Amino acid sequence: MNSPLSGQPLDRVDGPAKVTGRARYAGEYPEPGLLYGSVVSGNVARGRIRRIDCDAALAVPGVVEVLHHLNRPKMAGDDESYEDADAAEGKPFRPLFNDRVLYSGQPLALVVAESLEVARYAGSLVRIEIDAEAHRTDLFAELDNAHDAPAELPGPRGDFAGAFEAAPFKVDATYSTPVEHHNPMEPHASTVIYNADGSLQVHDKTQGTQNSQDYLVKVFDLPKERVRVCAAYVGGAFGSGLRPQYQLTLAAMAALRLQRSVRVTLTRQQMFTFGYRPRTVQRLRLGADAQGRLLAISHEATGQTSRFEDFTEHLVEWSGMLYRCDNVALGYRLVPLDVYTPLDMRAPGAASGVIALECAMDELAQALSLDPLELRRVNFADSNGNEGKPYSSKALLDCYARGALRFGWHSRDPRPRSMQDQGELVGWGMAGGVWEAMQMKASARARLDADGHLWVSSATTDIGTGTYTVMTQIAADAFGMALADVTFQLGDSSLPTAPLQGGSFTVSSVGPAVRQACQALRGKLVAWAKGRYPELAGIDAGAFVVRDGQLQVAGKAYALEAMDVRVDAEPSARRQGFASATHSAVFVEVRIDEALGTLRVSRVVSAVAAGRVINPKTARSQILGGVVWGLGMALQEETQIDHGLGRYMNHNLAEYHIPVNADIGEIEVIFVDEPDDIVNELGSKGVGEIGVVGVAAAVANAVCHATGRRVRDFPLTVEKLLG
Amino acid sequence: MSDVPSAPNTHAIGLYINGEQHHLQVPPWLTLLDLLRDELDLVGTKKGCDHGQCGACTVLRNGRRVNACLTLAIMCDGDELTTIEGLAHGDRLHPLQQAFIAHDAFQCGYCTPGQICSAVGMAREGRARSRAQIQEAMSGNLCRCGAYSNIVAAVEEALPQMGGPRP
Repeated sequence: MNSPLSGQPLDRVDGPAKVTGRARYAGEYPEPGLLYGSVVSGNVARGRIRRIDCDAALAVPGVVEVLHHLNRPKMAGDDESYEDADAAEGKPFRPLFNDRVLYSGQPLALVVAESLEVARYAGSLVRIEIDAEAHRTDLFAELDNAHDAPAELPGPRGDFAGAFEAAPFKVDATYSTPVEHHNPMEPHASTVIYNADGSLQVHDKTQGTQNSQDYLVKVFDLPKERVRVCAAYVGGAFGSGLRPQYQLTLAAMAALRLQRSVRVTLTRQQMFTFGYRPRTVQRLRLGADAQGRLLAISHEATGQTSRFEDFTEHLVEWSGMLYRCDNVALGYRLVPLDVYTPLDMRAPGAASGVIALECAMDELAQALSLDPLELRRVNFADSNGNEGKPYSSKALLDCYARGALRFGWHSRDPRPRSMQDQGELVGWGMAGGVWEAMQMKASARARLDADGHLWVSSATTDIGTGTYTVMTQIAADAFGMALADVTFQLGDSSLPTAPLQGGSFTVSSVGPAVRQACQALRGKLVAWAKGRYPELAGIDAGAFVVRDGQLQVAGKAYALEAMDVRVDAEPSARRQGFASATHSAVFVEVRIDEALGTLRVSRVVSAVAAGRVINPKTARSQILGGVVWGLGMALQEETQIDHGLGRYMNHNLAEYHIPVNADIGEIEVIFVDEPDDIVNELGSKGVGEIGVVGVAAAVANAVCHATGRRVRDFPLTVEKLLG
Repeated sequence: MSDVPSAPNTHAIGLYINGEQHHLQVPPWLTLLDLLRDELDLVGTKKGCDHGQCGACTVLRNGRRVNACLTLAIMCDGDELTTIEGLAHGDRLHPLQQAFIAHDAFQCGYCTPGQICSAVGMAREGRARSRAQIQEAMSGNLCRCGAYSNIVAAVEEALPQMGGPRP
């Protein structure tokens, strides 16, 4: 057999489709007679709809219907029907359900018309009168109304209060992070094709086709076999597709009512009218001895949520597991506001929570006059203190060493403002990153055609992560076949069950299912061939090769027969005794013109320990993207709300700033070797989240090194650097 | 309401799109972007914001890169347009398309057609010589996946093959 494809930096198999424009996304499927839905959004944060006047809209030629809470088709009346695989605790939002206005931007009506232009124009003619009620949208003003988050936090260990009190070196600092929106480049869209038999074929922007399917089945009480949801290509999601979004509900509602095919695509402005990364305020207390050993850690966070659901994320757990410490107390509270429910967003919880931990560690290093990297080495933990379990692998020390070497960290002058170059202040900062390495149950099917092509499938998605490519590599290796003879199919609810694509667990969940299915199919092929061709009976299975459309054994070719295998994979029992996580060390150089307050991140080195990397090319891209996200978090991203109106004000891509090409300096990605035969059979831990974690803290730490100024309120915008 | 609004009248225009002539009746409010996507099924040109803020809809109009979302279809009467679908010759990819694959200059792929068309237009402008100039000239095209480093690498590699200056 040839050398394995896994581990090779192969080009994406979906590359040609994406660079030629052939890849179709959810809102791009044509259908004769397709109707276009345009969402009418509210602009009041809390209240009741008193009156809705659609006469003018309905009078526009080409308008077919205006749907709203008074004339919508029947929908489920219980909360359970609206709960999806990523639902938060509470009562899920129900689009167009009743007269209640729960947040500004809420969809209040859907205009359906023969063309997009007509629908959009007619939408501007819908008059909606709302009896507004007093609203609250400011987390900081409502901290007194917080309640404990319904999260399963690790209980306190040791005696934080006593140890912190007695610690000779301390940090007690409060950090805040803003609301951020996912803003994938593709706005959310659903094309619902109404088949002649009344069944629905849906192209949805989602990270889980079966999640969307289940939702439609429950909400509209449809037979499951009459709803099929596809997502062949997803134009970015970052968590925004983990829950069925309201464009899906509205498009399906209209299709069912009108018995016609309908597409609903959100505008960029409407991309700010559902889930987001919640604003947080986080107090970090660290106590250490003179050598820097952590004696006490407390991480208390408060995040915002909606009034209808309690959204929780893993915000503070990282502080109990990244470093060794015997006295730890974690706290997490929520403040309900008149806003939509937050939603998992790339490295949910970790991206914001590790900011506080890793900035506080930098502050502690300053208090100790200790190198920040050395402080982290001193506190290295080989077990997860929250769970009391050893890590299945943790090559974080290698990340520190290789990242530092590559960055040139040893030549850092620790004194703030000590490094200058061409009139600019230069700052070097670093931080660690951590994310859980999870595995979910997943299924896959492998089918060999009589012409020798291997088709492998699972209902996962590829949101740009490289799933098509990586699964093809895994399948080709497991079956022992050339890459070109293998096709991996995904993004279809009718395929074998797969978990949501999120949390960096696609490769570690779907990958084993694909591998096992292909191995089982190979076994089946060999057994069949030995029965069908008696002269093969005594030949070793390793000699069986499928190539050029035939079975080839010992220089002779045999005709094939179609066959298939379906496999359900789940985490091994062996995992249970261990904790598994990805780790990183991020090194950042900033350059600051103090007179102008301008800041550039000129260099980033991200050293990552993520187990075995199946495709270094696509994995590197994931880390590069994560770093760019981290830079956005550090310096730019913030959805700003006018609390008087209870409404986002910068809900577009000109005012919600994300990094552009010219913002990005050199980024170097290092994958350290991290063998792990416990985490799963592939030894892979996933790379979608880890790239972003720690980056914003490293930037803030670099800014402090450059300027002597510690900014704890993110993002670090120009006025905070000048002020 | 006394004056019920009505959809506007249509106008005849002629376009050359990817070398093919089209005679079309378009309402004046139809953007080039919606014409391409909804009327002609050329969905390779993407709609990311519809406000000229993201660059996903970048196409070449008479060789110059423009945001199709800010261009009304009736403004283009007689124009030559090239979209992402018109760059390859059959199965033979444009050098930039090939370079985007080789450098993994995309992840989700949604901004990619705009990035590629923008870079083709930029090459023709002849002002991007250094890496920093490429980055500046490509900053009208957002990529939320954060593939910028790879985009620059792909553009740098392909520029000499596009008749542009060697960076």
